[in-house]
This record gives sequence, C-alpha cells and structure tokens, in this order.
Amino acid sequence: MNLILDLILRLAMWLLLAPLLPGIINKVKAWVAGRRGPPVLQLYYDLAKLWRKGVVMSTLASPGFIIGPAVGWVALLSAALLMPLGPAGSAVSFRGDVLLLIYLLALARFCTAWAAMETGSAFEGMGSAREVSYAVLTEAAIIAAVLSLIVHTSSVTLITMLAPSAGAGAALLAAGLFTVLLAENCRVPFDDPNTHLELTMIHEAMILDHSGPPLAAILHGASIKLLLFAVLLVQAVLPIGEMSPLAAAGVLAGGVLTVTVGVGLVESLLARLAFRRVPLLLTTAFLLCLFALLVAWKGGAK
Amino acid sequence: MSGTLNLLIGLAMGLNLIALGSSRLPSLIRAMSLQGVLLGMMPLLMEHERLDWRVILVALATMAGKGVVIPTLLRRAMRAANIEREIQPFIGFVPSLLLGAGGTIAAVALARGLPLLPEHVGTLLVPGSLAAILTGFILLIGRAKAISQVCGYLILENGIYLFGLLLIHSTPLLVESGILLDVTVGVFIIGIIVDRIQRAFDSLDTRKLTTLRE
Repeated sequence: MNLILDLILRLAMWLLLAPLLPGIINKVKAWVAGRRGPPVLQLYYDLAKLWRKGVVMSTLASPGFIIGPAVGWVALLSAALLMPLGPAGSAVSFRGDVLLLIYLLALARFCTAWAAMETGSAFEGMGSAREVSYAVLTEAAIIAAVLSLIVHTSSVTLITMLAPSAGAGAALLAAGLFTVLLAENCRVPFDDPNTHLELTMIHEAMILDHSGPPLAAILHGASIKLLLFAVLLVQAVLPIGEMSPLAAAGVLAGGVLTVTVGVGLVESLLARLAFRRVPLLLTTAFLLCLFALLVAWKGGAK
Repeated sequence: MSGTLNLLIGLAMGLNLIALGSSRLPSLIRAMSLQGVLLGMMPLLMEHERLDWRVILVALATMAGKGVVIPTLLRRAMRAANIEREIQPFIGFVPSLLLGAGGTIAAVALARGLPLLPEHVGTLLVPGSLAAILTGFILLIGRAKAISQVCGYLILENGIYLFGLLLIHSTPLLVESGILLDVTVGVFIIGIIVDRIQRAFDSLDTRKLTTLRE
C-alpha cells in the first residue's frame, strides 16, 4: 500500500510540476526584456486546451502518428520514475538502471522523429534529421558524463551514483551537462522554441502537423524531459543524497529553479548559433564531460 | 599548494582548448594572454614559503610581458592588417579541438609513466606543458593566418616555460629574463613582418606566401 502511495506521489510530482519550468523560463525572458510576459501557468492552460481539442489526421499517416507521441511520453515518464530524488530514492532501482535511463530518452526521441515523418512532410523530415544529428553529439556527452559519475562512485546504480557530489570535476561536469540540457531540450543556442521560421526550427519543425491530445503529450513530455535534465544536473553536482530529507528537498528545488532561471537568462542574453557552429559547441560539451571523466579517473587513482 | 597549482594548470589546459576552438582572433589572443598570466602566477605559488626578489621579479615580468605587452603588440598588428577572424583553417575547428583534447589526455596518461622527482609527481606540470606544446603545434600547422600562427608559437612557448618551472631552483634569473626578452622582441618583429606581408600581398593568408612574385 505504502509502495503504491509512493508511486502515485512521484507520478503526481513529475506530471504536475514539469509544465512549471517552461513557464518560469518564459517569465525570466519576459522580465529581462522588460515585458509582462505570459503567466507562469501558461503551459497548463495550453495543455488543457489541447486535450479538449480533436485530432486532425493526415490520410497518409499510419497509426504511428498517434503511437509515437504516446510511447514517447510514456518513455519519458518512466525515465523520470527511474531518476532518484535525493534521499527519497527512486521508484524503481536496480543495477545498471542508468543505461535504461539513457535508452528510454533515446526511445522517446526516436518516437518523436518517427511520428514526425509519418505525414510525409518535407519540413518534418528536415526537423527530424536535425534533431537526430544533434543527438549523436549530445549522447556522446551524456555517456561521458555518466561514465565520469560511474568512475567517481564505482557504481552503476543511479541512486548511489548521484548521491555524492561529483568531486573535483564538478564544475566541468556542471558546464557540460548544462550545455547538454540546452541542446537536448532545444533551448536557445541550439534551437529557438519560439521560432516558426522553417529554415531554423528543429523541435518545432517536428511537431508542426500534430494537434490535440498527441501535441499535448509531446509538449508535456518535453517539459518532463527539461525537469529530468535539471534534476539530473543538480543531483550530479550537489551531494543531495547525503542530506536530511527536508534540506535535500529544499536544495533540490532551489537547484532546479537556479537551472531554470539560468536557461531563461541564456535565452535572453545569447543569440542562437549558426548551424555550422553547433557541432563545435556540442563537441565542447562532450570534451567538458570527458575531462570530468579524466579528473574522476585521475583523482580516483591517486 | 599542489591543489591550487593543479587547478591553475587545469585552467591553462582549458584555455588551450578555447584557443583551438575559437575562430575569432581577439578571443584567441585573449586566451593566449590569459594563459601567460596564469603561468606567470605559478612560480609565486610554487615558491611561496621562500619568496625572494628574483622569483617575484620573474613572475611579474612574465605576467606583464605575456599578459599586456605581447597581446597589445598582436592587437596592434591585427588592427593594422584589418582582419578579425580565421576563415578557412587547414585543420577545421572541431578536428583541431578533438586533436587537442586527445593530446591533453595522452599527455596526462604519458606523464604518469615518466620518472619525475618526488615533489613533482602529484602535480600536472609535465602534462600541462606537453598539452600546451601540442596545442601550439596544432595551431602552427592548422591555421592559415599569420597572427594565429604567432599565437600558436606563443602557446608553444608557454608550454616550454611550464616545463622550465620544474627547474626553477637551478635556472638563473638571467636565462629566464633572456627568454622573456627574446619572446617579446620576437613578437615585436613579427608584428612588423605581419604589416609588411599585409602590404606586399594584401592578405595575411600564409598560403599566398608560397607563390613567388616579382
């Protein structure tokens, strides 16, 4: 009974808190630009509105057009359930669950790209191609970051991996993971979530033809992913697993808020990169994580 | 002490990579000069329990020379030549970044196998110097503009300086200041040469220097 209650609480937390993050980012952007901006709860309103609407289906599209977003949303939610929350641990935990986490994220991406190509629109094929080609580089960075955590704690379980701080390489890891967060969630230096200019969009290009509940699933999934990466970043850098529950909850919330505000500030202060410069920045993120790995390896051997 | 020293050398290694990844000359020059200043601080850290005026003098001269004089000369040459960025390097930015990172990791791995004095075993002095030398070589080989190549040469010199810190007790002041003077005069002359190249060829692309003209 307790177990079920715990699971329901976790699900509710991830489902309900996730759409808050894009709202905070937009508020920060509006504040920097001196505008009033949309309300913080805007994404909740959008989701509710989309949920009530019908779906427009292309006659060309197979059921994959609906299955893709659904599977992607479930994959992201299960990835979120694998993520431990400080001393509370995670809902499901086993040896090597970090690999499942990486693959669930990849599955979600595959499903979005698959559903995008269902309608046979050229734009969405282009968006999928861009998304997947950036993912090749970000995944290398994530794997290097995970490896550095594995080497640092000599464990392959997320709970024990994320409990202590990342040690000497924490700053490197934080910078690398933050860049990965920006790239994975299609935020500004890589992609502009507000753009609707065909030549430059990536994530937005993929979801052009979706409508109604599938679009709501995609948008909600994207916000869960953002929260997931923020939680991962905060836990990898700070020793949240070793704090008392109350302090851990406070530090985690504060850390996630800091990351979110950071994303908003980056979006306000930076211009997006030209396409040919993106691989350079992603390579830099990979190298940051790789050097964190090097520090963990050297520090551990001493 | 060794922790702070390693942090500084780690920062210098990071600056190597920034130098390899930046396409704009001002940021390349900034990375190079910041590295010079970091390196100038190191003798003060290494000798902080028995500071004498010679060490302080060398450190201050290094910081002033590499942090102020040389970058100013290079910026002046850059302004005279009217170029801002490296457009078509021989080795692209991503490959050179990866090469530099691979070289840094190889230097760290290699330095563990070297027979060092016991007081130098825990520090990153040797890997840092090898990494900077490699970075300098990559910049010298891979960039087409003369000023980027000069920056590569200066980073190479930074690496050699870092290696020289291992011998800080036995190198006389005269040698240290002589090297610094040589480098400064070298950059001074290169500044003049860059100006001449610009006037003669209307470009600083060293590829154009291979064709003979009247």
